[in-house]
Amino acid sequence: MVATSGAARLRPGRTRRTPAADQLQAGSALALGISTLWFSLLVLIPLAAVVAAAAADGWSDFWNVLTSSQTAAAIVLTVTQALMVTAVNVVMGTALAWVLVRDRFWGRRALDIVVDVPFALPTIVAGLVLLALYGQNSPVGVNVANTRFAVFLALAFVTLPFVVRTVQPVLEALEPEVEEAAQSLGASRVTTFRRVILPALVPAITAGAALSFARGISEYGSLVLLSGNLPNHTEVASVRVLTYIENGNRAAAASVSAVLLVVALLAIIALDLLQRRLRRHEG
Amino acid sequence: MRADRRTGAGGWVLRGVVVTYVVLLVAWPTGLVFKRAFQDGIDTFFSSLTSPDVQHALALTVTVAGWAVVINLVFGVAISLLLVRYRFPGRRILSVLIDVPLSVSPVVVGLALVLVYNARDGWFGTTLATWGFQVIFSTPGMIMATVFVALPLVVREVTPVLEEIGTDQEQAARSLGAGGFQTFWRITLPGIRWAIVYGLVLAVARSIGEFGAVKIVSGNITGQSQTATLAVEQTYQNFDHQAAYAIAALLAFTAMLCLIVVAILRPKEQH
Repeated sequence: MVATSGAARLRPGRTRRTPAADQLQAGSALALGISTLWFSLLVLIPLAAVVAAAAADGWSDFWNVLTSSQTAAAIVLTVTQALMVTAVNVVMGTALAWVLVRDRFWGRRALDIVVDVPFALPTIVAGLVLLALYGQNSPVGVNVANTRFAVFLALAFVTLPFVVRTVQPVLEALEPEVEEAAQSLGASRVTTFRRVILPALVPAITAGAALSFARGISEYGSLVLLSGNLPNHTEVASVRVLTYIENGNRAAAASVSAVLLVVALLAIIALDLLQRRLRRHEG
Repeated sequence: MRADRRTGAGGWVLRGVVVTYVVLLVAWPTGLVFKRAFQDGIDTFFSSLTSPDVQHALALTVTVAGWAVVINLVFGVAISLLLVRYRFPGRRILSVLIDVPLSVSPVVVGLALVLVYNARDGWFGTTLATWGFQVIFSTPGMIMATVFVALPLVVREVTPVLEEIGTDQEQAARSLGAGGFQTFWRITLPGIRWAIVYGLVLAVARSIGEFGAVKIVSGNITGQSQTATLAVEQTYQNFDHQAAYAIAALLAFTAMLCLIVVAILRPKEQH
């Protein structure tokens, strides 16, 4: 319903505070109309269709789908693993950002690039990549394929860059004077980090965590080959949706999808509010 | 300039921990896929890419990603301009909604498009089918799914740059008599040129890599509607691991090339 009200309100193409020359007005209104129409046809209406299909058979059917044991297990597994991965990312991501900004050593630049690899790699390739080291033919003899740890591993891989990339620029922009002042007043390094640096990083860490959680909840491609998709054991919510679709049960697929969609929307709205707050602090 | 700070024991430990983490999680496994792809020699690598089905999958990926990137380029720049330069009702909602594709599950994207565009009972699909236009289980649907998932990338790169360069030069150009299009072409576009390039490169990487959404809307038929990422899954599950590793290595190489291009280009912007 968020989607439809958005589409309805976007339709008019008037410009209020107008920085543009008069002749551009008609053109820009047209561009706005076309872009909005395009965006609605591609994104808003299809996503609204998911919500509509989930709601079509009524609340009790929706609830029955979500509480059926296999689906409930998939949702619980997805949320737990995404939360665990997010917690790891908060710690490791912040540490990584710190090392990339404050530390100087040979290979730092390479590390900086490697952190982006999970963003670039196709998800199915990410799954295959992890399978190469942690699957059946592992050169180090570790085989976690088809276990819950495989789910964790896949999510940790694809979400690695989020916290790093949100914290890094904030850390770079921090004024060293405040830290120096704290240290000159006798604060230890740990105290300086905890009392001076960390509070400045919290909004960025939260933003990265929200992104990482949203991504973890919705992950599909990297899990296909790695987790084995065993019902009630390693099957995540996205895989459940796909199974429903393949069985021709679109209403059930839409119900699980609607839940995923709401979580994604909440994460984005939280993020938007956070970024606004951040900008106000900077300004 | 802060590098003069000496690295204490804590610093070494921290450095060791994060480097180990990244090596174990990303660098080593990724390197291994390349090693497996080439372990039987470069000839085997290429011959596993030349089977008709794989060739078709690669060609389809190029087609789908190509169209998706062009569409995202046009609309991405248009939407960025609208969001930054104009005030209209619902502008903030639009700017929030633009980010939705980044965190929606690809599986949900696929389902959403199927619900609206399938020929049997889709909201618009049935009408389009009577016009003889099939979206789902056909290339247009795959392009739509790919456009959807890569949609925010150009916008996210271009909007901050547009905000930063401001409107002074554009207003100057207009006051000197330049038309709207001329101002855009001669003043605005050169200013956001690099942002567009980054956005495009990221969109290319994302587009060739899309898997879940395309799997649902394509029907995933080998030799017909199977893209390269879908072929990786298929060949791996058919125990043709050599082919799976070869396609994966090719995709990974392309994606990482995009990444390196961005990494090399980006510092230039800061001057």
